[in-house]
Amino acid sequence: MAEGLLRAVDIYKSFVGVQALKKVSFEINPGEIHCLAGENGSGKSTLIKVISGVYSPDSGYMEFGGKRYEKITPIDAIQSGIQVIYQDFSIFPNLTVMENLAFNSELADRRKIVNWKRMRKIATDAIAKINFKVDLDAMVGTLTVAEKQMIAISRALMFNTKLIIMDEPTTALTKREVRNLFNIILKLKERGIAILFVSHKLNEVFEISEKFTILRSGELVATGSTADLDSEKFSFFMTGREFQKKTFVPLNVSKEPIFQAKGIGMKSAFHDVSFDLRRGEIIGITGLLDSGRTELALSLFGIRPIDHGAVLVNGEEVKIINPQVAMQHKIGYVPEDRLSEGLFLTQSIADNIVISEIDSLANKIGILDHKRRSEEIERWVRELAISTPNPDNACQTLSGGNQQRVVLAKWLALNLDILILNGPTVGVDIGSKHDIHGILQKLAEEGLALLIISDDLPEVLENCSRILVMKSGSIVADLDAAKSDEKTILSYMM
Amino acid sequence: MKSTISNTLQKLSRRNEPYVFLVLMLLCVLIEIRSGQFFSSNNLVDIASAFAVPGLFAIGAFMVIISGGIDVSFPALASLSVYATTKFLLDVNYQGGVWLAILIALALGAILGAFNGLFIGYFRLPALIVTLGSSSVFKGIMQGALNSKQLTVIPIGMKNFGTSSLFIAKNPVSGLTSRMPVAILAFLIVLFLVYFLMRYTMFGRGLYGIGGSEISAHRAGFGVRNTKFIMYVMVGMIASLAGVMRVCMMQQAHPTNMLGMEMNIIAGVVLGGTAITGGRGTLLGCMLGTLLIVIVENSLILIGVPTSWKSVFTGLLIIIGTGVSAYQVSRMNRVRSVETVAKEVV
Repeated sequence: MAEGLLRAVDIYKSFVGVQALKKVSFEINPGEIHCLAGENGSGKSTLIKVISGVYSPDSGYMEFGGKRYEKITPIDAIQSGIQVIYQDFSIFPNLTVMENLAFNSELADRRKIVNWKRMRKIATDAIAKINFKVDLDAMVGTLTVAEKQMIAISRALMFNTKLIIMDEPTTALTKREVRNLFNIILKLKERGIAILFVSHKLNEVFEISEKFTILRSGELVATGSTADLDSEKFSFFMTGREFQKKTFVPLNVSKEPIFQAKGIGMKSAFHDVSFDLRRGEIIGITGLLDSGRTELALSLFGIRPIDHGAVLVNGEEVKIINPQVAMQHKIGYVPEDRLSEGLFLTQSIADNIVISEIDSLANKIGILDHKRRSEEIERWVRELAISTPNPDNACQTLSGGNQQRVVLAKWLALNLDILILNGPTVGVDIGSKHDIHGILQKLAEEGLALLIISDDLPEVLENCSRILVMKSGSIVADLDAAKSDEKTILSYMM
Repeated sequence: MKSTISNTLQKLSRRNEPYVFLVLMLLCVLIEIRSGQFFSSNNLVDIASAFAVPGLFAIGAFMVIISGGIDVSFPALASLSVYATTKFLLDVNYQGGVWLAILIALALGAILGAFNGLFIGYFRLPALIVTLGSSSVFKGIMQGALNSKQLTVIPIGMKNFGTSSLFIAKNPVSGLTSRMPVAILAFLIVLFLVYFLMRYTMFGRGLYGIGGSEISAHRAGFGVRNTKFIMYVMVGMIASLAGVMRVCMMQQAHPTNMLGMEMNIIAGVVLGGTAITGGRGTLLGCMLGTLLIVIVENSLILIGVPTSWKSVFTGLLIIIGTGVSAYQVSRMNRVRSVETVAKEVV
């Protein structure tokens, strides 16, 4: 293994009683694109931190370019050519692009005095390496996620970099930006730079990586060439569970539509949208990012009211001018970005569940009935299998999938008739995704009407009875999910 | 060329300084119209002289807020170190120049600042809690251990420094004269040094960096703990220097005279566009904001507002001023999110 760039051998690491890594060995060669996958808490981050010297392993050793280290410091790692791009990109939102780019090398050179000319030159050279064009004097906080990521990549390349570790780089990117990122990764590969790509998105793993390593509960469960991997194996390695795809079959569809949209539109977002939604049905709405799908969802819930057409609930026209009206008509909305829109992260799980039904839990004079409150909380924690030792813990202690369940619980507690979900499983790991799909299908069987807005085509195909495809603000196709496939949908989308 | 001008204008309109400057000018003109006294040479010198001490405090508060921290202990810190210095020099019957008083006060300020810096920088305790606590501790030491009472006599060196002036301005109409105190030089020197520090040293840029994102600063290789510690030491020294200037100019050491200044100073800094959350703001804006507060405090009497109403006006100014900056920020964020969405949709 003379050509190996990095080898980590039999790494053990534990934190106060929790074994985070058990005998994990890992290897990457120059110019290799390697995907590290695993669910939340599988030890991915710990492994990255051991490799980059943030944590020192309890036992085991590492080799960089043939040199053996029992223990490394972050400085050793950087000098050996390892750069980590964290999910938050380690940027300074309040400073200019120039400073963000130049700080690291200025500090590495132990400079004390700032020379703005030199900083500008460093920054210009850095972005030129990946042909990235940006105003060097712009404040980084005003840039898009993709641009911030490009800054982080340019910065990582300033040193004699041999390995770049990217922690879930595609999470907040649009499809187009992901494509752009992949092109850059491929160019880096040509230059002999190895990329360790942390992801739990199946399609990305297949698309970009040559090798993969999957961790589960701190143990290495599989490693090898991506060519030998298929999606069933991948899911199994990730979760240790076998999933049967359970395609949704609508059972108890009501005769009368519970919700009807008649030629609704909103200026510069969507127009002439009509559809009927019945109890027991799951309708999927899909389309590209600019197709107006998110705006439609927001309008149906009254966040951005429609200015054309009519909405009928139970056959009667309703003016949904704000979310309160929507809620009165038993319409719920689970937002796309559950972190910023749907949850009070620092508050307890319990409070998040009961927040929307808090009025009904109070007695006549407005005092909270604690017994009923805890019954409700217990019920939803059980029903949606939210895994927490104590519902009084803060919401931010939960994993992405469990947070999504709390958002669901919050709405279901209202005994809704119609539930709109926008990107219900974005950023959720495979196991939780499967569970959430199960819950949604069960809810439909129990008589709820669901509307799923998603660009995850397998998700839509598997869970919906009908699929509406949007393009440039209008519905271009109304498909029967059982009779369509990804290709058909894509052809309407593009 | 035209586009660069409109570009610059657009950038300016997003900054806070022009607005503060405008309000400041409006206020000055208003006072001038009502009284005809504002732009008289002696009034301007009076304002400059009243500005020296709050200006120094504001520079210290500015550094702390930029780094994402907050310091409410600087008046107590300044009071303690200058009181101890004065008392010691009186006890040894020191007859020399003011330089020794300044040196001793700077040393004491550094030690007291290090106390804050130790808890905030190294033990990572919240700055507000630490400085609220240290403020009490400093007051307690002064009133308990030093048994402080008003010192009506101060050492001769400090006395002479306080009465010496750079020049004297005379109002040709009223015949009133005002002295420009030498203490203004201390302020200008510190202003220049801190400007250089914040703009042209990695230490200063590090303070901005830490204020923006402490984790990123750590990962980039800034010594976050050391930077914070040294900053609190510096701020202690600047505050103590302000204390010495204050005592010299007042010709007496009053132990509680400076206490309670922290709120107006911090308000002035925030008024000048420094983000209370850290990372954003300029020294120029900070000075303009502080000047606004000083003028309101000192010149309302010129337009016939009784001094008892002074705090009401200062309070209103703070609410309106910080409200406007908060609105600015939210507007900017909205523009930003719209721009970002526009970019991402393309």
